Amino acid sequence: MPANYQVPRVPSVDQISVEERAASFTTRSIKTESKLAGLKMVAQMIDLTTLEGSDTPGKVEMLCRKAREPGSGCPPVAAVCVYPTMVPVAKRELAGTGINVAAVATYFPSGQASLAERIDEVKRTVDAGADEIDMVISRGEFLAGEYGKIFDEVAATVEACGPAHLKVILETGELQTLDNVRLASQIAIDAGAHFIKTSTGKVTPAATMPVTLVMLETIRDHYLKTGKMVGMKPAGGIRHSKQALHYLVMVKETLGDAWLDPNWFRFGASSLLNDVLLQLEKAQTGRYHSERYLSMS
Amino acid sequence: MSKPESNSVRDLLFGNLWDYSPSIESASNVIIKPRYGHFINNKFVEGENYFQTINPATEEVLSELPTADDKAVAEAVAAARKAYEKYWKPMSGQERAKYIYRIARLMQERARELAIVETMNGGKPIKESRDFDVPLAAAHFFYYAGWADKLQYAFPGSEVSSLGVAGQIIPWNFPLLMAAWKIAPALAAGNTVVLKPAETTPLSAMFLAEIIQEADLPPGVVNFVHGAGSTGAAIVNHPDINKIAFTGSTTVGKNIQRAIAGSRKKLTLELGGKGANIVFDDAAIDQAVEGVVKGIYFNQGHVCCAGSRLLVQENIADVVIEKLKHRISTLRVGDPLDKNTDVGAINSAAQLTRIREMVAIGEEEGAVKHESRCVLPDKGFFFAPTFFTGVTPSHRIAREEIFGPVLSVLTFRTPEEAVAKANNTPYGLGCGVWTEKGSKLFKVAGQLKAGIVWGNSYNKFDPSSPFGGYKESGFGREGGVHGLLSYLEVR
Repeated sequence: MPANYQVPRVPSVDQISVEERAASFTTRSIKTESKLAGLKMVAQMIDLTTLEGSDTPGKVEMLCRKAREPGSGCPPVAAVCVYPTMVPVAKRELAGTGINVAAVATYFPSGQASLAERIDEVKRTVDAGADEIDMVISRGEFLAGEYGKIFDEVAATVEACGPAHLKVILETGELQTLDNVRLASQIAIDAGAHFIKTSTGKVTPAATMPVTLVMLETIRDHYLKTGKMVGMKPAGGIRHSKQALHYLVMVKETLGDAWLDPNWFRFGASSLLNDVLLQLEKAQTGRYHSERYLSMS
Repeated sequence: MSKPESNSVRDLLFGNLWDYSPSIESASNVIIKPRYGHFINNKFVEGENYFQTINPATEEVLSELPTADDKAVAEAVAAARKAYEKYWKPMSGQERAKYIYRIARLMQERARELAIVETMNGGKPIKESRDFDVPLAAAHFFYYAGWADKLQYAFPGSEVSSLGVAGQIIPWNFPLLMAAWKIAPALAAGNTVVLKPAETTPLSAMFLAEIIQEADLPPGVVNFVHGAGSTGAAIVNHPDINKIAFTGSTTVGKNIQRAIAGSRKKLTLELGGKGANIVFDDAAIDQAVEGVVKGIYFNQGHVCCAGSRLLVQENIADVVIEKLKHRISTLRVGDPLDKNTDVGAINSAAQLTRIREMVAIGEEEGAVKHESRCVLPDKGFFFAPTFFTGVTPSHRIAREEIFGPVLSVLTFRTPEEAVAKANNTPYGLGCGVWTEKGSKLFKVAGQLKAGIVWGNSYNKFDPSSPFGGYKESGFGREGGVHGLLSYLEVR
């Protein structure tokens, strides 16, 4: 491990102004055709997720079917996100659909294992067929100021991923300050992350708009400097279509059209999909129907 | 020497892959009468020489109003004098407060109407009239209502008394808010009022007049007269007025001061500005850019304290300019009644001409123009958000107030240079300082000759905070306990 890691220089972040700017995106009025197009875009950006100790092959099969055919004229989602042990089931269920299998590795959610163990888990998960790996960084090391270790673990995981795409979870709820979020985002991007992601969903707060804005701004500045695009995935706590549309507004007005694409923007969510379906029904029929008509996911 | 434009391959594309459908606030929520009169003794009275007022976003006529001559102004002043002696002066502060609170509450009740009429008559985005102008106007009435029965505690050790009749002349950029800034402290301090709204934006004052009727204020306490400069002069020169409060251009402000010299009228002036936003290299850059954008493009730049000069530290100028270019291309310019509009219509044809002239001068003088690539509506008065780089303190666009969505970008190397450049103006109203270093912020703020200095923010307003200028930006303060001073005799 290089002791002389050069910590990247990142701009400071003013929390008050970021919160104000993030709130301004929520005042955009999204109606009619705009809402309908936005909802379909949201659905196609979802990483439909189940990450429970109680997950079984049956639960994952159920989720995969919902991912393929959500109903209500809704397009399929981007990926199904599961624990490594469930990758073979998801792979089988999603074969030939174009829907990716994403798996959380690196001893998710705590990441409390040796680097060798974490890398080993990543390799096994990719071998099992995962198209995308969601890793967690060592927040303890980050908060202790061991930034070089964060860079190294991300770089090593990128390598271990081989052809699979890597999303790096910063667990911003544990990093706490927006200055930390900005620095961690930059380190992850420098180390080769394909996506940066807010949260595991196991820590509160999970994704918030101010945190996501700071990450989007890091992605934007990196792109303008290097020409390299990095994706963004807010995860956890986005349960309603309206929230998701606010995130789309933020992406549209911060990074522009190129990122309004499932290859570059994802929502890590489970209950969001059903709310999108409810809203799509409303947009098509003019009324809300009961949740009894929605299949579980 | 200018650098080549950034590589277009790396440019951000702010297009319409996914766009917002129009979300137009309905004009049918408000009834604008085809004709209004002066408002004297709580009644709308007919006058002479009617002029039309339009919607600057569509150029459609909204209503017509009379022009007050010396006689009409005298009638309004007489009403105000009578109301002062008969009702308002003898009334207890507690009773006055009840009326002022009532105005504030009625403004809240009719907030939607007020926002729509303000946007239709003035051109500002409904988002701003709804979220800024109207709530803040109501807040001023609430705030000063609280002072009405506590005046003797406002200036400990002094005796205070009201002045009499206040003549107030307000501009077109924040018609309702400026009326609130003027009327609320005057009433709280026990004065009566004759107010002239700007000739391009008289309608929200007529809605306020209806509110004053509904609040059942004693007749003559608040009066409105319409017209342009000659009506203003009639107010200024009327012998039975005790105080003049004017917000508007520096030229007119100077004329007013000349006119009342030697009289016993008290005077406060809130005039032009050429505010500087100083961005240091240790600032939170993205948030600073956001503040710069808010500082100049808010209300189409029709803001006397607008941050119309950006002073950016030379070593980060390229980065900041690139961010500014991207940011202005996401500003949505168009129908002010659309809830998604960020920049609305220029207030009048005359002001649009003035802005175009100043921008042409900037180009002639060799500054580099950057403008948003937005599509402007065919009808109405619109101007794309614009900024100039390569500006030095000797450029006219760095010295003269443009009062439009046009920013001049200058650079500096050291804090001393930043302060010198910021102060190198005949004006001194608003300034912003952007740095994450507290010691630098406070030191620089203390050296700026401006009435308001915002630290890591811009255009933040609160009724409890005094507002006013240095140098040719005027004198006297509005807002806060200081705002009472302008309407009281303190012994």
